[in-house]
Amino acid sequence: MPSASEVVAARLVSGPARIVGAGTRPWGRPVNAAALETAALKGWDHEPGDFTVVIGAGERVSEIGARLAEHGQMLALDPPGHGTVGGLVATADSGPMRHRYGAPRDLVIGVQMALADGTVARGGGRVIKNVAGYDLPKLAAGSYGTLGVITEVAVRLHPRPEAWATAVIHHDDVDALQRDALRLARMPLEAEAFDLRWDGGRGSLLVRFAGSAAAERAAKVAGEVIEDDEDVWAQQRARQRGDFVVRVHALPTEIARVLRAVPGATAVGRAGVGTIWLQVPSAFDVTQLRGAITPLTCVVLDAPPSSRGTDPFSLKARPERTLASPALAVDTLASHFDGDDGSTRVAAGGSTRRS
Amino acid sequence: MADVGSELIARLRDICGERHVVTHAHQLKTYESDGLLHYAVTPGAVVLPGSADEVAAVVGACYAAGTPFVARGAGSGLSGGALPVADGIVIALSRLRRVLEVDLDNGRVVVEPGVTNVEVTAAVAPGFFYPPDPSSQIVCTIGGNVAENSGGAHCLKYGFTTNYVTGLEVVLTDGTVVEVGGARADLPGYDLLGALVGSEGTLAVVTKITLRVVPVPEAVRTLVAFFDSLLDAGEAVTAITGAGVVPAAIEMMDNLAIQAAEPMANAGFPLDAGAALLVELDGSEQECDARFEEVEAFCRDAGANEVRVAADAAEAARFWRARKAAFAAMGRIAHAYYVQDGVIPRTKLGEVLQRISALSEEYGLRVANVFHAGDGNLHPLVCYDSDEDAERAAELSERILDACLELGGSITGEHGVGYDKKKHMGKQFSEPDLAAFQMLRCAFDPHGLANPGKVMPTPRLCGEVPGVYRRHPLEEAGVAERF
Repeated sequence: MPSASEVVAARLVSGPARIVGAGTRPWGRPVNAAALETAALKGWDHEPGDFTVVIGAGERVSEIGARLAEHGQMLALDPPGHGTVGGLVATADSGPMRHRYGAPRDLVIGVQMALADGTVARGGGRVIKNVAGYDLPKLAAGSYGTLGVITEVAVRLHPRPEAWATAVIHHDDVDALQRDALRLARMPLEAEAFDLRWDGGRGSLLVRFAGSAAAERAAKVAGEVIEDDEDVWAQQRARQRGDFVVRVHALPTEIARVLRAVPGATAVGRAGVGTIWLQVPSAFDVTQLRGAITPLTCVVLDAPPSSRGTDPFSLKARPERTLASPALAVDTLASHFDGDDGSTRVAAGGSTRRS
Repeated sequence: MADVGSELIARLRDICGERHVVTHAHQLKTYESDGLLHYAVTPGAVVLPGSADEVAAVVGACYAAGTPFVARGAGSGLSGGALPVADGIVIALSRLRRVLEVDLDNGRVVVEPGVTNVEVTAAVAPGFFYPPDPSSQIVCTIGGNVAENSGGAHCLKYGFTTNYVTGLEVVLTDGTVVEVGGARADLPGYDLLGALVGSEGTLAVVTKITLRVVPVPEAVRTLVAFFDSLLDAGEAVTAITGAGVVPAAIEMMDNLAIQAAEPMANAGFPLDAGAALLVELDGSEQECDARFEEVEAFCRDAGANEVRVAADAAEAARFWRARKAAFAAMGRIAHAYYVQDGVIPRTKLGEVLQRISALSEEYGLRVANVFHAGDGNLHPLVCYDSDEDAERAAELSERILDACLELGGSITGEHGVGYDKKKHMGKQFSEPDLAAFQMLRCAFDPHGLANPGKVMPTPRLCGEVPGVYRRHPLEEAGVAERF
């Protein structure tokens, strides 16, 4: 009986595929190819003592939390929505816990991929520390399915804290908000999350603490402390998605500049990392934003059809020099994994490599 | 001089200056090994460029001549990763040692590859530090750390080199300079940083590195507990991590390692202890205090004969000296030794220790155990005294790796595959896995010039399809057909 991964690999041999997980991130260019659903890629091999789990790519991220909580553990990735594990890794999406625990690349310790030549390859393993072989798990993270179909991932887990509390600091000036963010980022807070939100003229910094002394530690940072803080963070996550959302990759010292670039914008962001999700009006001109924040990279995630045409995987958004090399055009990498006949064999979530 | 052409040598002298190109046989000997002295190859020439531009020009010259090159940092690696190629060039990056930029507002520092690991922390002290801390941190370079994805004692909590590199300037094998990533995080596109970090010099030569640094924790608490046996100490580790404590470090030494290290470190470790467990917690005062009490209790419950809490930073440093001296101190109790670097899932710790002990008896050779207990990274030191025993010691050491693999682990946790372990790659990875690795290698280095003969188990040319065409298992089964 062939495994679900082998079935996927065999399917790839027969021609281009549009990879579909839960279908919750319709990001990027449409791909004109038959759908390849990952729903059958189930699997759950949890070793609580090792703080690791191997998960089928078709499992839903939102359903994992409860299973792990029974063991006092968590997967420290909290993207918005109800997507699959494969989709999460393929898009390198993340949520507020990115601040402390990192992006998918930082927590994925092993990956299994079905490749366009019909083989199933693995990289990494299921131990936390491992430097044998090239780091395919990281290469898979954010590859949008263009190197292969992620069929299974091994991830590192963390202890689930017993309590949380969030300190809220209000600001009505972007410069003051940025100054405060920089001040807090220099402190050894060991915060679980450190976010900003902005509603066209006023906003706040949110610092989340965990553990038995969470409320006490939050109180040291700000007067306003929310102990029952689940909703606060659910909102932060939710606002990473919307009708028209642009993600900007900034540094903490560029927060004010980004918030100012879109008058009246609402935004959430990782104050310590610098990544900001802007909710912009439907008639918004992204080109103008790109000009205003040069050389920062921005990625259009969700957009009305009229404003599409900007590939979220677009490398044009990056400085030209990153693509300067003939030997290392990113396409070269894709073509090695994906056949070099110029056709797009594998593509995911509506995204495709340029051919 | 070996097979490096005089034209190339002349070109290298043009680029870097006469005195920075080494060709005399006796001078070349300095570079014939890295930290793994079992292997030695005299390179054709060694070149010491003084800037990133010179590195690019050197690589470009090698490319034009079709000559392989091996990048080298401090030469302290333990897998033969910087072992020269006989007809190739060693590019020593020791002159690129400037800290280029410190940006504490954004928690970034930009350095050249020859900067040592400790110099990064020194550049951002006292408020910040750079967490990856291999035991060789005083001498090892950041360039080497990037090549090996170095870990250290604190990586259970803080992560590895790859979690701290946000940007690289690299010279591709044809001499082109590209920037990958930058100061900003999570950029779209392929995670080439992830591919480059830990690639052991086989994809490109790194000339500039942007690192993330973090604030120094508010509190640090260190203790050392002594047990009758490694298994008892292992019980304590299980209890501590099982309770949801993530120590900054949790390190174990067995009796033989203590006997070797104590006379050198003068840390006050009892010479008859079966095992020492060093635990360090850091973080907020409140969290640290609460958790530290739990850790002490877990150690006593697991049968610790004694728990010593460091009264101050100086005492903690003494504890650490014993741990970090362990490798170097082995020379006091054995004529020679092999350092192994295997990984097991942490829950298999007891099992692997029993296997190592059985192997030690079978071969009649002593094995000292020093390891990062939290992440299952073992460093058994296989001791031997005579040349006749060397081969058997090497065999024992390899059988420990086999045990790690059987228990679901890895052949290397932080030292790298290099030259030494490439023959084991086929045990850990399948043919399709290795083929995928090869595709990545060829995307960067189609001519096989960058550190050839490392990592991959068998030499393979790019574009070479391994094996003949075979029907897919699903075709055989009649489940699918090829169009």
